[in-house]
Amino acid sequence: MMTTENKDITILAIESSCDETAAAVVVNGRTVLSNEISSQIDIHTLYGGVVPEIASRKHTERINQVVRKALQTAGKTLDDMDAIAVTCGPGLVGALLIGVSEAKALAFATGKPLIGVHHIEGHICANFIAAPELEPPFLCLVVSGGHTHLVLVKGYGEYEILGRTRDDAAGEAFDKVARAIGLGYPGGPKIDKAAREGNPDAIAFPRGKVAESAYDFSFSGLKSAVLNYINSCDMKGETFSVEDVAASFQKAVVEVLVSHAMAGVEQYGADKIALAGGVASNSALRAAMQEACGERGVTFYCPPPVLCTDNAAMIGCAAYYEFLQGKCSGYDLNAMPNLALGEKRESR
Amino acid sequence: MKILAIETSGQVAGCALYDDGLITAEFNLQNKKTHSQSLMPMMDELRRMMGLDLTLLDAIALTAGPGSFTGLRIGAATAKGLGLALEKPLIPVPTVDALAYNLWGAGGLICPMMDARRQQVYTGIYRFEEANKGKGSGGAGEAVPTEPAAPVMRILRPQCVVPVAEIAAELNERGEAVIFLGDGVPVYAAVLGELLKVPYSFAPAHMARQRAASAVSLAAQYYEERGEACFVAADVFRPEYLRLSQAERERAAGIDTSQTRHMQ
Repeated sequence: MMTTENKDITILAIESSCDETAAAVVVNGRTVLSNEISSQIDIHTLYGGVVPEIASRKHTERINQVVRKALQTAGKTLDDMDAIAVTCGPGLVGALLIGVSEAKALAFATGKPLIGVHHIEGHICANFIAAPELEPPFLCLVVSGGHTHLVLVKGYGEYEILGRTRDDAAGEAFDKVARAIGLGYPGGPKIDKAAREGNPDAIAFPRGKVAESAYDFSFSGLKSAVLNYINSCDMKGETFSVEDVAASFQKAVVEVLVSHAMAGVEQYGADKIALAGGVASNSALRAAMQEACGERGVTFYCPPPVLCTDNAAMIGCAAYYEFLQGKCSGYDLNAMPNLALGEKRESR
Repeated sequence: MKILAIETSGQVAGCALYDDGLITAEFNLQNKKTHSQSLMPMMDELRRMMGLDLTLLDAIALTAGPGSFTGLRIGAATAKGLGLALEKPLIPVPTVDALAYNLWGAGGLICPMMDARRQQVYTGIYRFEEANKGKGSGGAGEAVPTEPAAPVMRILRPQCVVPVAEIAAELNERGEAVIFLGDGVPVYAAVLGELLKVPYSFAPAHMARQRAASAVSLAAQYYEERGEACFVAADVFRPEYLRLSQAERERAAGIDTSQTRHMQ
């Protein structure tokens, strides 16, 4: 729809799918001029997890300041933008709607194209920002509080999902186990830290398998096993080591993630694999992936933590490739809490 | 004075354009689509059909709450985005006041009523009073007023969230005829019939729900009365929910639900 010639494409991106209000300005998909994140974690910690209604209220209060800051830090104005991008799903519907409504109003008022972006696609694209040389095809393991996907990235915006979780997402299991052993919210970083002091082989927790699929994940059995272990200790009047439980649980999750990913590498003959999503910050997962890839001569990519957490720069990157393909959204763009990866959503 | 108004507080999605004393465009839609799907296409159509240059707007008006939490936020984020991009202020209008304004000039009491669930309604009590009865209207030997009357909307009970019985009791105490309107009417018509001891009626279809034109007329009225003091900067605007979130209510009441809520 647009001639790109040699002109730079500058995109303002907004992300509000969960509890981070974020905005970024990204040039040509890979150069991040600003990446503002206003976290609500302190508020939600009071409630032991994200409360959707509170998240939505906070997004509404902060959205303009975050957008303004992103433009300011980038030294740009709305006039300089070539498009306005926003996460339209999946995520918490009330939270998504804030970003979507704001982005639509900005696009409407400026006449700039609007681009609805898939949140997971954004996480995958965080790797393009971190590694400018990375090009599809490659495998990507997406692990976050809401998602666990093994994805074959065939091209820009072209995905084949090889496996997904049948129950809890990996990050969800981290949060639930952390709560059960008294570490609190958010579970990922807290388990990661406690596990460094524990013995990963202290307790033999099960490795979740899904019978008919080599690539699908299941973490609810593991979660139950941890809860049962804690309960049986309580019943026997025994204390347990929080560090050992954390380390043994984490090892079980990491082993399953890495073995599935490596099965994918072998079957598809992949020479590149990337990590994405909030759980990609987990130090044990990074180390195990690095090692497994090293043994197989596969190049391993993993974005820095600031690009693993929910952020808008990754949305700006994903939007750039949509923009190049002329995929824009209409003013009827809606928040889609259950949007599937690769689902079509352009309507204009 | 040009004001663009957004109405998303209830089941109606709407937008209207006020231009120097006239409503030059109004869209109100009550369908199965979400406000997120309806609002912006309507605003785009309004702009297109009116040939509207958005930069010429003086302000963005919106019903600021109470109402559906999600609906209020769609309106709020849209208005805030417009305010940011166009560098225009917002004029927030209390939702229940805007509903009452549908019945401008009506005699007796006006009681808008929105279903707030949990056996409560968002409501208030209003009356239009003649601030200026018309020059000379009461003077000896002057039978015909020489200036028009100007009814003013008096807020007798500011918007609130209460059980329907509480507002019915207050209306009985006031002892005047009352007109009801709003989406709480079909929900509570039978209950009102049992509770009320005063004459009452229900507003007809064209006045019975939120209308973007009423919100923008009231916003223009604010500007006439108070000037720029009615403006709120887009960045700091937040909706008036009249209620905390459930999690905050439970926390304030000392109920710890964090375990049960997140373990499943």
